[in-house]
Amino acid sequence: MPRATQPVLNAKVPAGRLQDKWDAYKDVVGLVSPANKRKHTILVVGTGLAGGSAAATLGGLGYKVKSFCIQDSARRAHSIAAQGGINAAKNYPNDGDTIWRLFYDTIKGGDYRAREANVYRLAQVSGNIIDQAVAQGVPFAREYGGLLANRSFGGAQVARTFYARGQTGQQLLLGTYQALSHQIATGNVTMLPRREMLDLVVADGHARGIITRDLVTGQLERHVGDAVLLCTGGYGNAYYLSTNAKNSNVTAAWRCYKRGAYFANPCFTQIHPTCIPVSGSYQSKLTLMSESLRNDGRVWVPKDTGDPRPPSQIPEADRDYYLERRYPAFGNLVPRDVASRAAKKECDAGRGVGTTRLAVYLDFAQAIRRLGEQAIRERYGNLFEMYARITGENPYAVPMRIYPAVHYTMGGLWVDYELQTTVPGLFVLGEANFSDHGANRLGASALMQGLADGYFVIPYTLGAYLSGTALNGRLTTSHDAFAQAEHASNKRLRTLLSTQGDKTATEFHRELGQLLWNHVGMARTREGLESAAKAIAALRHQFWERIRVPGENGTYNKYLEFAGRIADFMELGELMARDALAREESCGGHFREEHQTADGEALRNDEDFAHASAWAYTGNDQAPVEHREPLTFENVQLSSRSYK
Amino acid sequence: MAKSMTIYLRVWRQAGPEAPGRLVDYTVADANEHMSFLELLDVLNEQLIHRGEDPVEFDNDCREGICGSCGVMVGGIAHGPQQRTAVCQLHMRAFKDGDRIVVEPFRAKAFPIVKDLVVDRSAFDRIIAAGGYVSTTTGGAPDANALPVSKEAADEAMDYAACIGCGACVAACPNASASLFTAAKIAHLALLPQGSIEAPQRAVAMVDQMTAEGFGDCSNHAECEAVCPKGISVHGITRMRREYIKAVLR
Repeated sequence: MPRATQPVLNAKVPAGRLQDKWDAYKDVVGLVSPANKRKHTILVVGTGLAGGSAAATLGGLGYKVKSFCIQDSARRAHSIAAQGGINAAKNYPNDGDTIWRLFYDTIKGGDYRAREANVYRLAQVSGNIIDQAVAQGVPFAREYGGLLANRSFGGAQVARTFYARGQTGQQLLLGTYQALSHQIATGNVTMLPRREMLDLVVADGHARGIITRDLVTGQLERHVGDAVLLCTGGYGNAYYLSTNAKNSNVTAAWRCYKRGAYFANPCFTQIHPTCIPVSGSYQSKLTLMSESLRNDGRVWVPKDTGDPRPPSQIPEADRDYYLERRYPAFGNLVPRDVASRAAKKECDAGRGVGTTRLAVYLDFAQAIRRLGEQAIRERYGNLFEMYARITGENPYAVPMRIYPAVHYTMGGLWVDYELQTTVPGLFVLGEANFSDHGANRLGASALMQGLADGYFVIPYTLGAYLSGTALNGRLTTSHDAFAQAEHASNKRLRTLLSTQGDKTATEFHRELGQLLWNHVGMARTREGLESAAKAIAALRHQFWERIRVPGENGTYNKYLEFAGRIADFMELGELMARDALAREESCGGHFREEHQTADGEALRNDEDFAHASAWAYTGNDQAPVEHREPLTFENVQLSSRSYK
Repeated sequence: MAKSMTIYLRVWRQAGPEAPGRLVDYTVADANEHMSFLELLDVLNEQLIHRGEDPVEFDNDCREGICGSCGVMVGGIAHGPQQRTAVCQLHMRAFKDGDRIVVEPFRAKAFPIVKDLVVDRSAFDRIIAAGGYVSTTTGGAPDANALPVSKEAADEAMDYAACIGCGACVAACPNASASLFTAAKIAHLALLPQGSIEAPQRAVAMVDQMTAEGFGDCSNHAECEAVCPKGISVHGITRMRREYIKAVLR
């Protein structure tokens, strides 16, 4: 596997004490004067928490912002589906939380594969996010005295999670969307919904524009700007079945990869432990049950394999509360990767429950006895309703059946401390970048990161770029780079439509998903990864010969959109397998069966793998080149991650 | 084991905003009680693509009832027969083997049809942009606990803030009014101290924008509340009227 010998990645982490880095950076960073801000056009792709907050904030500062989203409205981005909460080191409950502890929990939760300085900054600004959201009118849960309520989440021993029932993502996103709407009203932000970014335009070495397709008319459009902010979320849908929305995809990020942005740690994917199990082959997506449920729900399986009894008839003595047994210190609140692998282990051993035997129980009986049904209803009412709607069962009476599902991707485009990629002028925010969660993300940290990037980081780092870079102010969309990118997009669309083979995009997607789930999922082996990489390459070639896309370009055509995205997912899938092969260790969500302890826990290899792998595109059907950013830990002691 | 069902669909097909539309009959023979209604449409579309016909376009995204993208009339009811359930969470166990189901887009003057079951709901975005926010920019917010809010007010605000902006209220209203949608945002923000400062201007601007978009007025049918997947109460409309009158009489 080709690997670069010269280090080319400069993370640009400021010097100084960890606690002082961000302040020191802000003290000296270049600024753009108010009169000059309005001369800059910033293209922001995606309107989730990262993109929405960035567009609103930059608009508020006086930049001219063009904001793009794939849905019919900016309010629908998939951040909206986040349920449980958002972390912040406010220490309102007085239970011992500090910025350092949030930083430490996040670094440890990520299994020491994230950059210290980024994570510390995230913890530092976490409190400001809550302040900002409250000022916007986000209706967080409150105590009777009128102050904000907190709950605990996986991977932490303090209660630092703020929430709005089980709809925290919705409420934070609507806060962001409303701030964005305010800026649309002021005229600083122009909103372009129902647009898909199909390419990045790099001119004279800088990201200067994007090509979008108007999803209603099929028209390709050219947009020029002084910087591009990619806030397009993660790539979990590569697995076909995931908790992501149907439109979530990697296409915009993948186009950037092909234009020179490095893709980091693609094998770091998060399989969430508490999702509603698969019911049949028609299944189009999986639904998450918030991790917050593990505050009060107890996970168990029958002690005997294949126990046929319904849960109500299995006495306590015949139940194995395996998380509480194996991890007494954290119990049901172990991090997601640990909980998922433990569920898989029980089901692989034949102790799974339900008709498919691919599920474990999440039981609230004890919490209901202790707190009363009303208290549980107040905490989780909407989640229980959702479970009942999907399964037809009443979780107040019968334990929930849950199983892990693909949920989040820690990998993403490589960015430096300023959130800038290896393409100058291209910044990546939120789930789309790789920066803060290492090999595993803790619950309630995605919302925190998206909003930290958009509200509090990019306003400074973008200013640094714009004030320190001489851009050609006369560049327009008639530059050759635009014509070339538009031509490439057009050609691809024509090929997709004209092939008229015998297999639909969904059929290809399902096959790809099976390969990834089986071999690049919760447990990975060298043989499995090698066979998956080969099979995906073969599937990719088959795709371009046999794909059948209905309809035409000049109209609303969902299946044309899907086909293009699935083609990109296949290329990404190969890179995921390649990255997983190269990483000869187990860490976080990446579990290589060859690397485990005697009792089945992940075995990290800090000697050889304390780095981020950033892959550089070198051409179709050519092996990408791996660059390594060494991760240096000056402030935390690398230890084996124990939740026992 | 899941029961297999045959479902007879009659679906509104319309090639574009100006094209004439019509109802077309389709049969899905291999439906199953655990499928969602949108998965039934997925199965139909796969069949259509293989037959060389155009698939049925419908908006959807999260498929867990929170993004508000989906929404069609199922048997004449916005989001279908199950209360407090968006159509993506409506499962086929709500139907019987052999059922005939008519599927149509949300219809309103202010929601022009884009294609088949897809409508343009951008009028909702313009109503929010008219004033559905607290006028803050990023930074400078006081400590979150500096402004206590009673639990009752926060809970009630949350009840209104739960709106997903799907447009079912408009589709169900005999006047195609957007009152419940508009009122939900007005009520959410007016109930909180942060939002009450601009409450008068907000109520007037949002109601005026609603009218300008071509939505009708409310005449107290409460069909909106009945179909709302989030169960938003029509009391919000009372609140909206009160805020509006208070503002214009100031």
